[in-house]
Amino acid sequence: MPPGAAHSLMKGTAASMSVMKRVSLIFRAKANKALDRMEDPRETLDYSYQQQVEMLTRVRRGVADVATSRKRVELQMNSLQKEVTRRENQARDALGKGREDLARAALQNKASLQGQLNDLQGQYAQLQEQEEKLTLASQRLQAKVDAFRTKKETIKATYTAAEAQTRINEAFSGISEEMGDVGLAIQRAEDKTAQMQARAGAIDELLASGALEDHVGGTQDYIQTELDRLGAGSDIDAELARMKGELTGGAPRQLEANPNGSPEAAGAQAAEQPQAGDGS
Amino acid sequence: MIVRILGEGQFRVDDDVAAKLHALDTDLDAAVEAGDEPAFKKVLEASVRLVRDSGDRVPDDTFVTADLILPFSDATVAEVRQLLADGKIPGDSSVGQP
Repeated sequence: MPPGAAHSLMKGTAASMSVMKRVSLIFRAKANKALDRMEDPRETLDYSYQQQVEMLTRVRRGVADVATSRKRVELQMNSLQKEVTRRENQARDALGKGREDLARAALQNKASLQGQLNDLQGQYAQLQEQEEKLTLASQRLQAKVDAFRTKKETIKATYTAAEAQTRINEAFSGISEEMGDVGLAIQRAEDKTAQMQARAGAIDELLASGALEDHVGGTQDYIQTELDRLGAGSDIDAELARMKGELTGGAPRQLEANPNGSPEAAGAQAAEQPQAGDGS
Repeated sequence: MIVRILGEGQFRVDDDVAAKLHALDTDLDAAVEAGDEPAFKKVLEASVRLVRDSGDRVPDDTFVTADLILPFSDATVAEVRQLLADGKIPGDSSVGQP
């Protein structure tokens, strides 16, 4: 016997038994255990039906929870996509201003964000799959429960003896297997949703605090501040040119060729000149 | 023979398919015991496809228990091990405790 076989539920027969068989025995044992506890078979039917209706509510709530999670991830994807686009624009802006270093930093940042976005897209697909599966499970259970309700009344109406008991056992075991299946499906969806909510919560916080950029690249403020400074610099140059034009009473085009401007204007011109050259 | 795929419902398969499934089940068991995830995925996928393609869906108004139950089509070795080890099925407590 392989060492792992010892953990098997059905220890005595594990060596020759398979996974699919063992799982079916677990489900059957569960139904039999429940049946053994029942005293009045007719009450079994009513009680079981009540449980089925509750299970239907649970599975529908499960579908709604997964959908909520999926929508949240969707919103985050949109936010991240905006950040990615912003970085790309920053890089283009920086290149236009001759600052390849800034462009590089922006693109590095963009790559980190893109990585997070790809990760979220994977999660989104998984949630979508869970939602679809759970929706199908809910529809299947609904059909089963409807059929059970009809069967229950038929059995009760003809309830006489051992034959009815057999039919009750069959119906009960059949629906019990379905309920177990759906129960497992709900649990899986809940587990997956919980995992994703934890991760989504972390990203939400980062996005809300504006720390995401710093978290991934650590240079967001630096890039934007530099770009803003460069942008402001050229605005100032333009304003200076306009003022100089006013002072000399001529058109701004005379500015560069005018060595006789006022001392203030000349000083400002000298100070701004390197940056103007830098920026264009 | 009746086969259930967890998350997908029950199917009725003929003897030929049942025999193939039993063979696959042996491989599946070996993969679980060995903790061989790729092998497990491969065998599970083949089993699920066989049942989906060759089985007939059991009608909703038929209440039968399955002879074989396949794990969820995207299950992992760890998941199956846990199910086999503790034998706990959610919904357990909600059924049959009058």
